[in-house]
Amino acid sequence: MTEITYLEAIREALFEEMERDDDVFCLGEDIAAYGGAFKVTEGLSQRFGEQRVIDTPISEVGIVGAAAGAAHMGMRPVVEMQFIDFIANAYDMLTNYVATARYRANLPCPMVVRGPSGGYVRGGPFHSQNPEAGFIHTPGLKVVYPSTAEDAKGLLKSAIRDEDCVLFFEHKYLYRRIKGTMPTGDHTVPIGKARLAREGRDLSIITYAAMVWKALEAADQLEKEDGLSVDVVDLRTLSPLDDEAIEATTRKTNRVLVVHEDTRTGGIAGEIVARINESCFAWLDAPVLRVTAHDVPLPYAPQLEDFVLPQTSDIVTAARALAAY
Amino acid sequence: MATRVPAGGKRAARDGKRHETTYPAGLTREQVLELYYWMRLTRTLEERLVALYRQTKVVGGLFRSLGQEADAVGSAFALRPEDVLSPLIRNLGSMLVKGATPVEILRQYMAKGDSPTRGRELNIHFGDTARGYIGQISPLGDMVPVMAGVTLSFKMRGEKRVGLVYVGDGATSTGAFHEGINFAAVQRCPLVIVVENNGYAYSTPTRKQTLAKQFVDKAIGYGIPGEQADGNDVIAAYEVTKRAVDRARAGEGVSLVELMTYRRKGHAEHDNQSYVPAGEIDRWAKQNDPVDRYVARLRGEFAFSDAEISDVDERVRREIDDATDVAEHSAAPEPLDALVGIYASPPAEQPLWFRRGKRTTVDSSERAEGWGTFPASNGAASEGRAAREND
Ligand SMILES: Cc1ncc(C[n+]2csc(CCOP(=O)(O)OP(=O)(O)O)c2C)c(N)n1
Repeated sequence: MTEITYLEAIREALFEEMERDDDVFCLGEDIAAYGGAFKVTEGLSQRFGEQRVIDTPISEVGIVGAAAGAAHMGMRPVVEMQFIDFIANAYDMLTNYVATARYRANLPCPMVVRGPSGGYVRGGPFHSQNPEAGFIHTPGLKVVYPSTAEDAKGLLKSAIRDEDCVLFFEHKYLYRRIKGTMPTGDHTVPIGKARLAREGRDLSIITYAAMVWKALEAADQLEKEDGLSVDVVDLRTLSPLDDEAIEATTRKTNRVLVVHEDTRTGGIAGEIVARINESCFAWLDAPVLRVTAHDVPLPYAPQLEDFVLPQTSDIVTAARALAAY
Repeated sequence: MATRVPAGGKRAARDGKRHETTYPAGLTREQVLELYYWMRLTRTLEERLVALYRQTKVVGGLFRSLGQEADAVGSAFALRPEDVLSPLIRNLGSMLVKGATPVEILRQYMAKGDSPTRGRELNIHFGDTARGYIGQISPLGDMVPVMAGVTLSFKMRGEKRVGLVYVGDGATSTGAFHEGINFAAVQRCPLVIVVENNGYAYSTPTRKQTLAKQFVDKAIGYGIPGEQADGNDVIAAYEVTKRAVDRARAGEGVSLVELMTYRRKGHAEHDNQSYVPAGEIDRWAKQNDPVDRYVARLRGEFAFSDAEISDVDERVRREIDDATDVAEHSAAPEPLDALVGIYASPPAEQPLWFRRGKRTTVDSSERAEGWGTFPASNGAASEGRAAREND
């Protein structure tokens, strides 16, 4: 079996779902002939035509609102944000309209909003964001953020088939760096289930997206240099959170580190820490720690970006402190 | 304002005889040559940036305005020093006219510590209200409402100042564009909105952006005057913008100006333009290059000598060489500087938890004082502050 990249896995999911269901269609900026800014949708319009792969004007509110309307009528729109940063422009439509539609008015919104997220690419403040926390706070939206190629494909297929609106974050740093072998057949991964990325006894790292790879790197180093055995949990879905997996790892190792690339204050790590505190206090041998980005807008210069974003060495340092507590 | 080009030598035509020449749009002979200087400076600076990009000295992407220099320069030239503009990525020329220097642009693209944003922001995303420009942010259209507010303040204070904001054909599709123009129109702000119609938004041709035949038609819907001009003719761009600026200064409110031009490079250097019909770029390059067109006019209609023109070229080359030298020798930013300047108050020290290389264990004394706070004894954060105050 051949390996494909994280990016190709996303493209495969789109192809297969559009083949499977005529109601699935894609819309976004420069996604048709050009194939998208990162070429995720390359070849899609040639195969399915520009009726089902629609180049839109630059109007995120318009795109998301139109997707919601089509979803009400039984279509399955998949929206591409050229960069996920611009989802902020559609924040009103997503949080006020889409997220509340089913609850308020029994209007289904089976749609996906996907796009490249995250830093480490010298993209500067508006091409590097991780805006998941703002949406996790909004009931009615599901949030998915895969770290592997297999999950990227399987979760996107599940997201497209989901009856609700799923925000699907893709990490642009992983697009072409991470490869995986796709299981044959109709490969889906359930939304809401975490994955144990590495099995350990001494402490847990709970994380997601690009940080999974840094956590695994840190775990290797901790094993070699400190003889520590680290459990790494890849959340995969951020809303709803997999409480079972969070509790299981906490009860197993009794020491937990939560890692994310997003800024610290109001980030999802705070929510996870609170849940552990509520449900697993008696199992803890140390305070739950966080490694996150600093609370600043993401700067552009490599020296600044590297400093602001969490690095493997930060995870190692925090894990050592946790183990020594 | 930046130093203007000094008046050329004796006015002489190629036949060596002196002519009485008149210049359009009320421009003086010096100003006519100055327009050329700004266009040439824009182009040469971008050519230098391409060279630096190829040497991987530019951090991130490179966005060019090749073939669009005239519309940016001509329109910005219609402003006075006290006026304020907000450029787009392809309006480097307008920033130069308003006084941004090549060395600042080069440092910014190379993410140097002494760049105008100290390495925090990229390309021409920087501003200086004293010189009269406010840098854009990436989300398109956002600067239209911001400039509505800038010009609203001029009106409220009774200042005879004018604002100018650029939007691309693509950016006109955003909600922010619509809300900003409508707001400014209703408030009769002294604002000029320049739609730079260069045919493409990334890969999307204008016909997929709007069904309107031309952007000036949209002015009707907002109840404001609109005028279209050839954006590759620097004097035409100047003239049409000047009319709108004069209207704004006279208290007659918002106008929309559509400048017709063409984006000859891809969205950024990495874009291979496969979506552009064959021959289109060549046609514009050969028949409608704004710099070539203007040089021909300087020589013919305006009777400048070859020497006067090549003097400008030479001066621009020297300025860019010197600026590159300075910018390349600028230092990278200090990592800790990333943590200061989020708020005016309280300033500086951000809470830190683990910093690599700084702390490997956490003992109880540190915990007691709230471990995770950057030790006050480490002066780096305040050095960052000091550096900023020296700007
Ligand atoms: C709100 C928003 N959506 C998407 C983008 C991504 N994007 C950056 S530039 C661009 C095309 C801009 O086209 P246009 O406004 O015509 O300006 P031009 O590049 O042609 O000068 C797009 C889609 C963005 N910056 N902002």
